[in-house]
Amino acid sequence: MMFREFVEFIKSDEGPAPSAQQREAASPSKVIGAALPRIDGPLKTTGKALYASDYNFPNMTYCVPVRATIASGKILRIDSSAAAKMPGVLLVLHHGNIMPLYRNASGGRNSENRPPFEDDTIYYWGQYVAAVVAETFEQAQAAAAAVRVDYDSQRFNVSTVLEDSLPAEGQPGGPRLLSHRGDPDAAFAAAAVKVDETYTTPVETHNPMEMHATVAVWDGEKYTLYESSQGVMNHQTVMAQVLGEPKENVEVISRFIGSGFGGKLFPWTHSAIAAAAARKLNRPVKFTLNRKMMFANVGHRPRTQQRLRLGATAEGKLVALRHDYRNHTSLGDDIRENCGEATPFLYSTANLAVTSALVRRNVGTPTPMRGPGAVPGLFALESAMDELAIKLKKDPVALRLSLDTLEDEEKKKPFSSRHLKECLQVGAEKFGWSRRTPEVGSMRKGDVILGWGVACASWGASRGASEASVSLRSDGTVRVSSGTQDIGTGTYTVMAQVVSDKTGVPIDKIEVILGSSNLPPGPTSGGSTATATIMPSVVDAVNAATKILMTVATTTKGSPFNGKDASKLMLMDGCVCEKGASSPVPFQEILKAANVGSADGRGRSGGLGADPKARDYSTHSFGAQFVEIEWDPGIARVRVSRVVSVIDGGRILNKRTATNQIAGAVVMGIGMGLLEETIYDPRNGHPINDNYADYIVPTIADTPDIDVHFLDIPDPIMGEYGIRGIGEIGLAGIAPAITAAVYHATGIRVRDLPVRIEDLLAHTGPSTKRA
Amino acid sequence: METFQFSRPTTIGQAIQLGAKASTAQQVADVRFVAGGTTLVDLMKLNVERPRQLVDINLLPMEKIETTAEGGLVIGALARNADVARHPVVLRDYAVLSEALLSGASPQLRNMATTGGNLLQRTRCVYFRDTVHACNKREPGSGCSAIGGHNRMLAILGTSKDCIASNPSDQNVALTALEATIQVEGPRGKRTIPINDFYLLPGSTPHRETVLEPGDVIVSVTLPPPRGVKSHYLKLRDRAAYEFALASAAIVLRLNGKKIEHVRVAMGGVGTRPWRSLEAEHVLQGRTVEMETFRRAAEAALKDARPASENGFKVELAKRCLVRALVTATATA
Repeated sequence: MMFREFVEFIKSDEGPAPSAQQREAASPSKVIGAALPRIDGPLKTTGKALYASDYNFPNMTYCVPVRATIASGKILRIDSSAAAKMPGVLLVLHHGNIMPLYRNASGGRNSENRPPFEDDTIYYWGQYVAAVVAETFEQAQAAAAAVRVDYDSQRFNVSTVLEDSLPAEGQPGGPRLLSHRGDPDAAFAAAAVKVDETYTTPVETHNPMEMHATVAVWDGEKYTLYESSQGVMNHQTVMAQVLGEPKENVEVISRFIGSGFGGKLFPWTHSAIAAAAARKLNRPVKFTLNRKMMFANVGHRPRTQQRLRLGATAEGKLVALRHDYRNHTSLGDDIRENCGEATPFLYSTANLAVTSALVRRNVGTPTPMRGPGAVPGLFALESAMDELAIKLKKDPVALRLSLDTLEDEEKKKPFSSRHLKECLQVGAEKFGWSRRTPEVGSMRKGDVILGWGVACASWGASRGASEASVSLRSDGTVRVSSGTQDIGTGTYTVMAQVVSDKTGVPIDKIEVILGSSNLPPGPTSGGSTATATIMPSVVDAVNAATKILMTVATTTKGSPFNGKDASKLMLMDGCVCEKGASSPVPFQEILKAANVGSADGRGRSGGLGADPKARDYSTHSFGAQFVEIEWDPGIARVRVSRVVSVIDGGRILNKRTATNQIAGAVVMGIGMGLLEETIYDPRNGHPINDNYADYIVPTIADTPDIDVHFLDIPDPIMGEYGIRGIGEIGLAGIAPAITAAVYHATGIRVRDLPVRIEDLLAHTGPSTKRA
Repeated sequence: METFQFSRPTTIGQAIQLGAKASTAQQVADVRFVAGGTTLVDLMKLNVERPRQLVDINLLPMEKIETTAEGGLVIGALARNADVARHPVVLRDYAVLSEALLSGASPQLRNMATTGGNLLQRTRCVYFRDTVHACNKREPGSGCSAIGGHNRMLAILGTSKDCIASNPSDQNVALTALEATIQVEGPRGKRTIPINDFYLLPGSTPHRETVLEPGDVIVSVTLPPPRGVKSHYLKLRDRAAYEFALASAAIVLRLNGKKIEHVRVAMGGVGTRPWRSLEAEHVLQGRTVEMETFRRAAEAALKDARPASENGFKVELAKRCLVRALVTATATA
């Protein structure tokens, strides 16, 4: 989804402005920014953290789907007679016998709008056409293989060439004009130096280590769904509508998630199938996807085809920028990959246009994948910038520095905090960029040729409304909770850090409860907005709980503060104390003396839209990526050997988890640059490399020396701590920096990701281009 | 996966008896021996292999690695890849085998995978591994989906109009260059098969991959006394680890000054079986070490290459692989 749409999505739940008075930012304690280990680490390393498919209940049953083996057509007949007679088989669900499942129209976002088994139509290979439920997983699997489905197969299209003829710009189904200023076409025509190239990015599959799963429990009145979800609140909102239940009858639990990368933002059809089966059988149902299903049934980053036109003066002033892109989407859903996310504001130019168009393919519905839009978009834009720098005979860092701007020329507003220039300068310094010689193949290290490339990164910054709850408890611990979740990025840990910062209570005395839709509504873990969204509510909740504590302190007989003015008291280092006086008292002593179990506070915060100050600024994160590759022409081998990633992502709450996020994104970027591509067999539409041996991602051996550096500059618009988000920006810019480095080493410009050996063999010998 | 019987014989004789009941020892075998299980269990989960009976041979006394009186080495069929790769005699006399083993799979897999099992490693062709698609190797006579399909990883040598599946093993490429022999015990007694006679070309029967018959138990692999003092295994692939070869080369040779006195060349990732290149050996034999000769050897090795729609690049890549492996092998002390 477009970041803009994501912001609208989170704004749709916009609450009132913060209930407590906005405090002026005090200098945070040392716990903010500390490189603390994850507080949930021991649970994970000892196997105690329960992921969705780890939940087991008495009478559990197991659901295995039957998947379409055509990409388009109709189901003529489903013969489950043999399967139904097999040992342990309890139920075979399909479009002929599924209970009513509904489309959602009242808020929340689903992935595939069409409920599973809605009718007999097949839209993509692998679509669920039936599901077998049995006493054991093996029985269900064997029976699923015995279900016979006859199809009327129809014409389909999975072509990677997105040249479909479309209605004119502005017409229904035609390209949409997303940004426009000046006269880009005239300026381009008149420009002294031009780049006009088309770049493509392939379908990528999210492939989190933990596969999607639902354990559905129906108790006769309500559903409990154990999910691997990036948004328990949204999942509840959507599933209540899909199942036709009031919201309070659906609880969603997602305590630990083995990552999502966007693929788990919104519910997928297996959740409804599991719930429907649980209701029908009145028994718990476990539905775990296998790796093959991960490639067809739960989204992907759609293929993009992007034409970039850059026009510059001979001196390097950017006079025209045109970014016209297409992406594929499914037959049922319009998923626009916002490739122009960063295009309108990354560089200063007076003449600009961005257009976007969709073409339909018989594929599952695409869904946001880490840095949706911006990441493939920046591959095109930053590749074109590199090509422009070469044409201008300018250093690519110097060119970008010369085009930097502190004003968002699209919105005509200043950036709240933009330090792209510093990112480039710090990165160049750390990388040793000044030693770069620009000629192709001119740098060597032993027997290999080095290639150095650079690219800029950008990702939006925003925050939505949220709520949280904090309890100061008489045993000296603090509990903080919210209906958000930790997808492996460190949300548990950074929430504990903020509570510790505000109360002075040490981290090991703070309990963080997340991952249930029964908790105060918290943010979806998406768009790099969860941390910035939840922290104002956590602070507000701490303040509300503290207020209760102070009331107890000043109204309890025997309390040293009895009768004092509560507004003169403060909570410091876990103790209540009077401003200007000594003799602090641990907060739990106050509660114990009053026989109060806990002082509870509920916190709320509105999103960026509820903050009038925010309207005057454009908020984004920035970064610069420097990549070194080693090129061995004798065997056409390219390996990434060194990356410096400098990130301007607002204040960093935890150096360790933040570094982990960026370094992980760099590794993912190596996959995007050199390895990853989901291939649909054009003869049948099957994503044919649907396994970990044929869809390859980087291994540890492919992981280079990665130097992550944060500018760590708080964003004045992004709440008390000045937090932006860092989940996605680390991936932005890596792929174009790799292809720039590949060009620098080999002289071969790869405009179609990923870079493959067959692209590079041309360098020193005859080659056969891949089909 | 389908239900199967499971037995654990403790003698080779018992294993032979159980295995002899099979209708075939090739694809669609109804009785299968299982050792490390790293290929077979995968294929059973995918319904590609559907044995009625599994015979676990892990209790048989076949795990030892011992030197022979003639100065060779006998590697028990159950010796794990990890143990073979780190064995001092292998490291000293047959380094190419250690290099090949360590370039394959992952440490976890190498701890389980056995020498005998790896000899029978199955292709990674995506169509072989998915029962939805036609595959002559999996279901004789059903057709080949790989021809005209996604075949970037597949073979360019030894292919037929019925099959272009590549043999994925690293170990067997090194064993081919080392001229290993395979000891088999079966219903009709013991026999020794040179590795180059062990594998079949696909022809019109790609489901038949080896000369093994029902009841045949691979008991060991014997390496002849070391003939080359220089060797090298080079594996080229898209990523740095845990991936099958796009092209690989195993070289074993002995030099007299600059003259090549003895040379064996085998290639992986490009053939439908581990690919011994007599053509390359012929070019190299008796010549002096120089790039021009290496390049001619590579040309000779790939002369008969027949690429499919996506793997044309492998012809050039395999040549470069061979040249670089020869450069490295002749340069090592």
